[in-house]
Amino acid sequence: MNKFSIVKHAKIFFSITAVVLIVGIVSMFTRGFNLGIDFTGGSILDIKFDQPVSVAQVRTVLSDHQLGSSVIQLGSSDQQVETSQSVLIRTGIISDSQRVEVMNDLTSRLGKNEVLRVENVGATVGGDLVKSAIGAVVLSWVLMIIYITIRFELRFALAAIVALIIDVLVTLTWFSVLHLEIDSSFVAALLTVVGYSVNGTIVVFDRIRENLHTHRRSESLGDLVDTSIWQTMTRSVYTTLTTLFAVVAIFLFGGETIHNFSFAMLVGFGSGFYTSTFLAGSMWLFFRKKLGR
Amino acid sequence: MEGKNRVKLLVSVLAIVIAFAVFIKPLASTVKQGLDLQGGTHVVLQAQETPESKVDDDAINRSIQIISRRVNELGLTEPVIQRQGKDKIIVELPGVKDPEQAIAMLGKTAMLEFKDMEGNTVLTGKDLKDSKASADQSGQPVVTLQFSDEGAKKFADLTARNVGRQIAILLDGKVLTAPRVSEPITGGNAQITGSKDAKEAEHLAILLRSGSLPVKLEVVENRTVGPTLGQDAKDASMKAFAIGLAGVFLFMLLYYRLAGLVADIVLLLYTLLLLAVMKGLNATLTLPGIAGIILSIGMAVDANVLIFERFKEEIANGKTLRAAVNSGFSRAFTTILDSNVTTLMAAAVLFYLGTGPIKGFAVTLALGVLISMFTAVTVTKFILGAFIGSNFTKNPAWFGAKAFQPKAKDGKGEAAR
Repeated sequence: MNKFSIVKHAKIFFSITAVVLIVGIVSMFTRGFNLGIDFTGGSILDIKFDQPVSVAQVRTVLSDHQLGSSVIQLGSSDQQVETSQSVLIRTGIISDSQRVEVMNDLTSRLGKNEVLRVENVGATVGGDLVKSAIGAVVLSWVLMIIYITIRFELRFALAAIVALIIDVLVTLTWFSVLHLEIDSSFVAALLTVVGYSVNGTIVVFDRIRENLHTHRRSESLGDLVDTSIWQTMTRSVYTTLTTLFAVVAIFLFGGETIHNFSFAMLVGFGSGFYTSTFLAGSMWLFFRKKLGR
Repeated sequence: MEGKNRVKLLVSVLAIVIAFAVFIKPLASTVKQGLDLQGGTHVVLQAQETPESKVDDDAINRSIQIISRRVNELGLTEPVIQRQGKDKIIVELPGVKDPEQAIAMLGKTAMLEFKDMEGNTVLTGKDLKDSKASADQSGQPVVTLQFSDEGAKKFADLTARNVGRQIAILLDGKVLTAPRVSEPITGGNAQITGSKDAKEAEHLAILLRSGSLPVKLEVVENRTVGPTLGQDAKDASMKAFAIGLAGVFLFMLLYYRLAGLVADIVLLLYTLLLLAVMKGLNATLTLPGIAGIILSIGMAVDANVLIFERFKEEIANGKTLRAAVNSGFSRAFTTILDSNVTTLMAAAVLFYLGTGPIKGFAVTLALGVLISMFTAVTVTKFILGAFIGSNFTKNPAWFGAKAFQPKAKDGKGEAAR
């Protein structure tokens, strides 16, 4: 086969990943994450007034409740408008009774309105969520290691897990760099990325395992890995395309509420394709060398 | 043989297409919808430890009972009330019209007290047998109380000792009314005036009737989706669903031709089965859940892609269509199994650790993987087998595969084995 050798160019592929991860880790430590109220506590009020209102009007009312520093957003999209019927208010942590008072005051001073969405999360809930989120992702990794070790062997499992860790880190990188809001559904997206990406890796490893049976001494292991990757390349590309098509459809048309959810899957699946195709095979070779036969 | 296969093919394809056309709409609209789609309120109440009341299992369980009674009395449909962890109670009220009022009712301690002028508590809500909202002679809304036997004695005693003086009726420490006692009341009945309107009186009656909570509960989390936003979300996700499905359809058709068409027909069956199973299990469809379905469609074709790619390889190695289909399926199966099990594990973790909408996502993802294993492998194999057996064509190009090209220059490429 005269195809491009992925294994021989492993250094280039790993360098690309290293650069992305360095950017990501620097960003995670300096910029951190834009954690939504699921994690931090706080309240979101999405209200539609009968009559258009201005930011100043809303802020005046909020100021009387010591909530003058709240974020107030007009309209549903990013367009610049002076007044609008729809208002999105984000406050810090307030009690539910305080929220009711604010909303009653808004009604009495700015007119009738319809409540589109209310989210009010107390401070105590957030910490638990971070813990269970990290627990969930790590648990999924452990389960994958066990499964792949049973079905394949430990070196395949280790290579697959490194690929998965990279995928999760890359997804986190995007969210940190772009400062996108992270809510509890982000954890679901991450785990889906884990489940999906390991699919791709397993398909490649499955081929490697199969080709090992008919392996000729004259052929180097590197060539065998390359052959296996290229044999499964069409499948990888097609499957990634159909899945990404579905995810893009959710991203573009699924509405505001699941925007970040689908974006996480979009970048995670992209990374999953990259790690399964360009890194996993080389990593297996590496572990095979290091850990012996 | 040919004829039999053609009948098999025609019947199975027609059955799937017709079933899809007939059932998809009714199914999709009757699967139980989550709060994010139909609108509603999700509240988490947390019990607060106070010197007077300890938070323990008994207190939480009794609170859940009392809250259930209140929710039922309010006439709300399909409420979900469950315990979360040590000290929390989750209440979900789908389609609730006035969420604020409902929330206010849920967490109210509703401790009723009768006090004399000296401030001694003589009677409490425990001495009540029943309470009802009604109107007095002048049409003012009142709440009538009926005491238990013991309560009636205490009340007679209280009124007898306080003729000509005021007594106070308090709810959660706030004075509701402080009437002047004109004569001893021995009948075991009393009235509370001072409600703003009939609705307020009704709510007070419900609170008193369902009893006071043994612990103080505080709303620590509240997520309310209005009906408008729910409808918007539903419309948007339906659109995403249609577009996602159409895209996957076209893709399979373009790249795998007839085999792709078979995969597409099977995809219809898959979607239908997924919804039917969800309905059967009474699973809740949430917004992330719909995303999970769309996603699982993208993933469901993965199995077909794996099979068809194997199939193409086998054809290229010189096998006949039928032989290629068989070995394509059998050789791809372990791969499909391994890769699906890992997705299942991720879904299981999500289900175990997630709440509400996230659980919904995990359920659809897991069901999707399981059902797609069946449809993409078994059903596709059946229909594709019938297709090839029907002998419409022997040209692999119709299946998106390149025909076998022998090294020597003699043959025309058709595998003649």
